[in-house]
Order: sequence, then structure tokens, then C-alpha cells
Amino acid sequence: MIRLAVPLALAAGLAPAQAQEIDPADLAVMAGPCANCHGPDGRSPGAIPSIAGLPEGEAAAKMLAFRADEDPKATIMPRLMKGYGEAEIRALARWFAEVGQ
Amino acid sequence: MIARRSVLKGIGVGMGALALPSLARGQAAAHVVVVGGGFGGATAARYLRRGNPDLRVTLVEADERFVTCPFSNLYLGGLRDLDSITHGYDDLRAAGVEVVHARAEGVDAAARTVTLSDGSQLAWDRLVLSPGIDIRWGALAGYDEAAAALAPHAWKAGPQTQLLHDQLRAMEDGGTFVMVLPEGPFRCPPGPYERASMVAHYFTTEKPRSKILILDSQERFSKQPLFQQGWEALYPGMIEWVSQSDDGLVVEVDAAAREAVTGFGERHKADVLNVIPPQKAGAIAEAAGVTDETGWVPVRGDRFESALVPGIYVLGDATIANPMPKSGFSANTQGKVAAAAIIAELAGREPPTASFANTCYSLIGPGYGISVAGVYAADGGTVIEIEGSGGVSPLEVGPEFRRAEAEYGAGWYASICADIWGTRA
Repeated sequence: MIRLAVPLALAAGLAPAQAQEIDPADLAVMAGPCANCHGPDGRSPGAIPSIAGLPEGEAAAKMLAFRADEDPKATIMPRLMKGYGEAEIRALARWFAEVGQ
Repeated sequence: MIARRSVLKGIGVGMGALALPSLARGQAAAHVVVVGGGFGGATAARYLRRGNPDLRVTLVEADERFVTCPFSNLYLGGLRDLDSITHGYDDLRAAGVEVVHARAEGVDAAARTVTLSDGSQLAWDRLVLSPGIDIRWGALAGYDEAAAALAPHAWKAGPQTQLLHDQLRAMEDGGTFVMVLPEGPFRCPPGPYERASMVAHYFTTEKPRSKILILDSQERFSKQPLFQQGWEALYPGMIEWVSQSDDGLVVEVDAAAREAVTGFGERHKADVLNVIPPQKAGAIAEAAGVTDETGWVPVRGDRFESALVPGIYVLGDATIANPMPKSGFSANTQGKVAAAAIIAELAGREPPTASFANTCYSLIGPGYGISVAGVYAADGGTVIEIEGSGGVSPLEVGPEFRRAEAEYGAGWYASICADIWGTRA
């Protein structure tokens, strides 16, 4: 399990560079459900914002704010982001930043 | 190879034995056959090709066009046409998936073949079954296939949905729409209550003196406080919900007379009768020997491989995957996990760590949406919900929240259909 395999120090929040310790194959699977609302590879055809190519830091900050219930306009994202640790969120932010390039 | 896999994975001899013929075939591309072109199967087919373009992937699906259950209630409510919830397979073909329009009728797990309705056989290295549900005909007294032509279930989208739609349009104002609901587990836990909402929307705009009676085999239901709050706000007095203990349990249906008989013997006369009957895994799952005594399919939650027959992966509504609900979103994320696991196994690697999610939007009225969500992982062979994740929309919010969730529900549908069938709005 990723949530157990990621070192606790990472989960406590270190530099984004260390987020890449999550195995890329695991990360691809973890990013899979995002497409269901944000579109294939994060490119949304509909009312939900695209996330492909969002700057990594900005995306991570937004997801962490969702998770901490700090975005008053949020609807479903706080409930979803509570399913991921900080290291996972930073890795997902990097994944979708790079998808856009 | 066998010994290593057995030691590392504890999979045992079955898995290792399956790997042998692939090796014997040398460098020929492995062949994965996927049965069922819905939310689970079409996702698996696409992501198998995407993850390994050298794989040969054949998708077996009876229908040339797939009508989704999600958003079929909006069609009943008059908010969508049938075309907008119908999807084809051209984009999957363009992604290199071989699409065969036939019914899969038999599986020989030892010979690793599947037999199709046209008499042909396909050999597979791995088999994926995503057969959805079948109706347990006769499990509810009086409800067989002939009865469904009079009192549609509309729990598989397509002609049944159209029949229910047309019956509702033909009904006189002031009529009663009766819904008969089964005990769980059934496909799409919030679906019946969204259906009641959408029919209420149609009645409110076209036939305002009409009523909706829900006779439920359950004591409580998915997103219940949110639905009831919405009904009170949008359709006051129109929808009556009767729980099992209030004599909501229907024990017999007379489809010709459009009557539902409860456990205490009360006969409810309907002008339009919708019977959502007891269900089981799609027939090919039973033929393949992957179902258990419940009629559903036990799976290894870390990869969605059958717990009974190695080499056969099963997705979606057919599986026992709780706490994941039987939803299209669940099936899609299970398909992605299974595809990644199959690709890894065929390459002799460990499957990646499973990670799933679910989001179910329900539309109560135009501009009034609600949701439930969850994030899931696998603990050994069991699917678990990540503690602290998920849950339903809050009760105490203003109209902007409901409006946003209605819009996001439509956005979800556009995105997931693009992800699966490549449908462009």
C-alpha cells in the first residue's frame, strides 16, 4: 500500500522533489480516477475545470486547501482529497503539471 | 518463474500455470479479451492499449451502441434525449481495440477460450468480464420477462428506458407512478431515488396533479436526507416513500393489472408501474464459474481478478466490491486498476498499488444536484475505504452549492464518457 509505503517524513510534508519517490506505475493508477471528472489526462470537455498543465505548486496548494476545508467555494473536492496524503497530493500535482507539457 | 511468483505473491500454482502458455508462445503479443463494452469493460480495453500498445485487445459487446444507465433518469425527466446518452465504439477502434459485436456465451477457463454467439471462439491470455447485472427473473412473484414488457424495470438502459419514458408520456394527468424497489445489493444505490426525482420534475411541468409512490424493500436509502430535503423543496406532497417496515415490501406483482401487492396484502394500483427487481451478476460471469452462492463475483480487491478462477478479471456491478458501490465510476476505476495489473503481470512485474475512487452525482431537479464520494484502496485482497475520505453533500447549504453540483454532475458525465468511449460533446 502506498499509504504505508511512503515514509512518514514524506507524509509530514517535505520538498516537492521528494514526492517522486512514489513509483510511477503506482502514480499512474492513483491518477486514474481524476480523469473521470477532469477529463482524459486532465483535459475536461465539460463544466469541470481542466487540470492538465496546471503549475505544480499552484495545484498542490489548491488540493491541500481542499483537504483542509479552507476553500469556501469547494463542493466535492474536500471529501475526495481527504483520501490522499500530502506526499500523494504533491505527486499528483506533478503528474498533471507534466501531462500538460 | 512459477516458483518466484508463488513465493513473492503467494498467488500459488494457478497463476504460475497460467503464465506458462504465454511463454511457450514466444514473442507473440499477448491477447486480452474483454467482455462487455460498458463503464468497466470499455475502460479496461482502452487503458490496456494505452498502457501497452503492443497488447492485442479484443472487446466483445453485443450492441453497436451503448446507452448508459447514468443520466437515463434525465431522459425520463425530459432533460436529455436518448442520443445524448448513447455511445459508439469507433474511438476505441481508433485506439487499436478490436471490437466484436457478439454475445459471449461460454468460457473455458482451462482452455482459455471464450465462445461467442456467432459460434466463433476467441483464445485469451487474460480475460476481463464486465457483464453488468442480469435480472433474477421470477425472484419477485409475477415478474418475468413478459411482465417487464408491461411494467418496465428500465434498470438496463435502452429499449426498457424508452418504454418507461413513453408510458409516462402517455399517462393522464392525475395518475400514479408506482416504483417497486428491491433489497440490496443492486446497481446504482441512489438511482431509484434520482428516478423518482426526475419523474417528479416531469410531472410538475406537464402533469402536476400526478403522484409518485415508492414501495421500498429497504429501511433507508442512499443520500436519503438530501433526497427528502430536495423533494420537500421542489415537489412538496408529490412523492410518497414507504419503507419496508411501513409495508413497503412488495411480494407480488401483477403487471397486466399494473398492481403491486405488499407483504401485508395491500394492493397498490398504478397507472405506470416501474419494477426494479432483484439482480445478480451478468450471465457470462456464472457461465465462467466466477460467481459464488450469492450470484455475485468475489474478487481480489488489489487487482479485480476473480477470487475463484485465476486469469479472469471481473469489473463493475457484477462484483462484490463493497464498500465501493455498484456504479459506473467505480467500474471505471476498477477497469484502470485491472488493466495496469494485467499489463504488469504479462510483463512479469508486480501489479502496481491499487487506488480507486467513486463519485455519484444525483440530479433532484434542474440546477439542483447532490453527490456522494469515496476514495478506496486494497488491503490485501479486500477493498477498503480510506478513513476520513468521502461522504455526502452537506445538508445545510444554499442553492449555489446545489447548482454547482448539478453543473459538475453534467461535467462528470461529459468527462467520463470522453475517458471511456472517446465521446465528444
